[in-house]
Amino acid sequence: MSTKHIGKQTAQLASPPTITETFSVVGSKEGNGPLRTYFDEIVEDNTFGEDSWEKAESKFMSTAIQKVVQKASLSTSDIQYLLAGDLLNQCSSAHYAVRDTNIPFMGIYGACSTMAEGLGLAGLLVDGGFADHAVATTSSHFCSAEKQFRFPLEYGGQRTPTAQWTVTGSGAAVVSALGDGPYITHVTTGKVVDMGISDVNNMGAAMAPAAADTIAAHFQDTGFGPSDYDLIVTGDLGMVGRQLNIDLLSQQGYEVSDVIDDCGCMIYDFETEDVHAGASGCGCSASVFCSKLIEELRSGAIKRLLFVATGALMSTTALKQGETIPCVAHAVRIVTDKAN
Amino acid sequence: MQKQEYKVYAEKKSPNSPLWLNMLKAFLIGGLICVLGEGVRNFYTNWGLNLEEVAAATSITMVFLGVLLTGIGIYDNIAKHAGAGTLVPITGFANSVASPAIEYKSEGYVLGVGAKMFIIAGPVIVYGTVASVIAGLIYYFIH
Amino acid sequence: MTYLWAFIVGGILCVIGQILIDKTKLTPARILVVYVVAGVFLTLVGAYEPLVKLAGAGATVPLTGFGYSLAKGVMKAVEEHGLLGILTGGLTATAGGIAAAVVFSLIAALIFKSKEKS
Repeated sequence: MSTKHIGKQTAQLASPPTITETFSVVGSKEGNGPLRTYFDEIVEDNTFGEDSWEKAESKFMSTAIQKVVQKASLSTSDIQYLLAGDLLNQCSSAHYAVRDTNIPFMGIYGACSTMAEGLGLAGLLVDGGFADHAVATTSSHFCSAEKQFRFPLEYGGQRTPTAQWTVTGSGAAVVSALGDGPYITHVTTGKVVDMGISDVNNMGAAMAPAAADTIAAHFQDTGFGPSDYDLIVTGDLGMVGRQLNIDLLSQQGYEVSDVIDDCGCMIYDFETEDVHAGASGCGCSASVFCSKLIEELRSGAIKRLLFVATGALMSTTALKQGETIPCVAHAVRIVTDKAN
Repeated sequence: MQKQEYKVYAEKKSPNSPLWLNMLKAFLIGGLICVLGEGVRNFYTNWGLNLEEVAAATSITMVFLGVLLTGIGIYDNIAKHAGAGTLVPITGFANSVASPAIEYKSEGYVLGVGAKMFIIAGPVIVYGTVASVIAGLIYYFIH
Repeated sequence: MTYLWAFIVGGILCVIGQILIDKTKLTPARILVVYVVAGVFLTLVGAYEPLVKLAGAGATVPLTGFGYSLAKGVMKAVEEHGLLGILTGGLTATAGGIAAAVVFSLIAALIFKSKEKS
């Protein structure tokens, strides 16, 4: 008999766990962007001293895991669960990053929704009494993503205006049973939504319906509305998807344009960087959440946040076979005051 | 909103590529690459090579330049602006062979460089060869 | 004069490619395939040769020119060797370009490293 499930898709946590500590580590392009002062670590050399892009990405994640545990004044033996995943085949960045941590590991894949998925699951595990501390993390790297999903880096291609730029970076968060916030109070798990978009250069348009679906479900399940939030932040829809999401929610009667923002529109400076529609990649929502968003929650600038990371669950094989792009979005409600 | 309806709506809301500007840049840069090719052709002609040798030597030279610019990391920066202007000339073919060769070096020289070299340009060779065989067959019977 | 025509004809062939990229959902690899195959058959029906005469490298450097070489090679080989030429002609005529791409790319892989885009 479930006692914490409300509505169709939402878990209401009985004793809201605290996000104790976060760590963000990003590449040079991200480090030059508007969030530069918020990141914990900026790595100028995007190979991170490794000899392949895949190894470099893995090192971004292992750095985030190691340092978030240190920052929380814990040791790895205090962490009961490590939830991690990334974009590369077989989630290889995550597997090599956690190889030497000795923390019980659950691999997750949600493409760019992974941070919300991991954070939500960590919240459920801790609230369920299965862990005192759990770590959620994910990463992406522009170069390894290009290589796997698009073209070799030196290939001369032209990006369309709707294309998004994969973030190089990682974010990790420690979720604990005890602490004084920010608290995870609700987790709304998304359904896979596929509205028939197959253009890999327009992921924002593919993901927007999934974001809108999950946000609407969250409102219906919880009774909250846009005015119950200081900020609703979507994963990485970019400029195109951000607007589509606003339009789709408006059609369902939810006016969110005053409280919504998108991680994909926050991390790069559109004036100086040639990033077209914005940012993408697991590392995007992860590094934005683990830097600016958490800091604003701590400072009280944001008191009620809905973190909705969106993922395009794209397979290059399926696309070649004529399939469209299935997408998912997961929402995590985070507040500074449990009573809210 | 239904799937078909959403597709049309999303299409409408997505900015299009600046077609006229892209066409202009493709024309200028593509044209210039061909002028360079013409210069190479003249050079070999003046050197006294016959027609077939000139054609082969020009291809080889242009391929060399394409690979070189790819290796030093310039070709993709030109292509970002030129689009088809750097895709259509044979230098683009060279770029599409050299770029995976360089990228997949991290997976070894046999299964990386060797196996992945034609991951983009392979179809050009496959269908070009097949087309030439079909053309040869037709020519054989009408000749 | 050929330089001007090389510029114009080469430029126009690229513009057609650009329209295909921006207006259709054809990927670059598909566009190149279309160019090569088109070059082969335009040459077979005698439509490409005048363009080469007029524009020189403007017609031979774009990938349609690769198709032109394939077709010319196969036609010549059929004339000289008959049936066997159907299979040998195309690749013989283009061997230089293909071998150059393979060898130079291997050397490039030896020397250069993949670099981050800016």
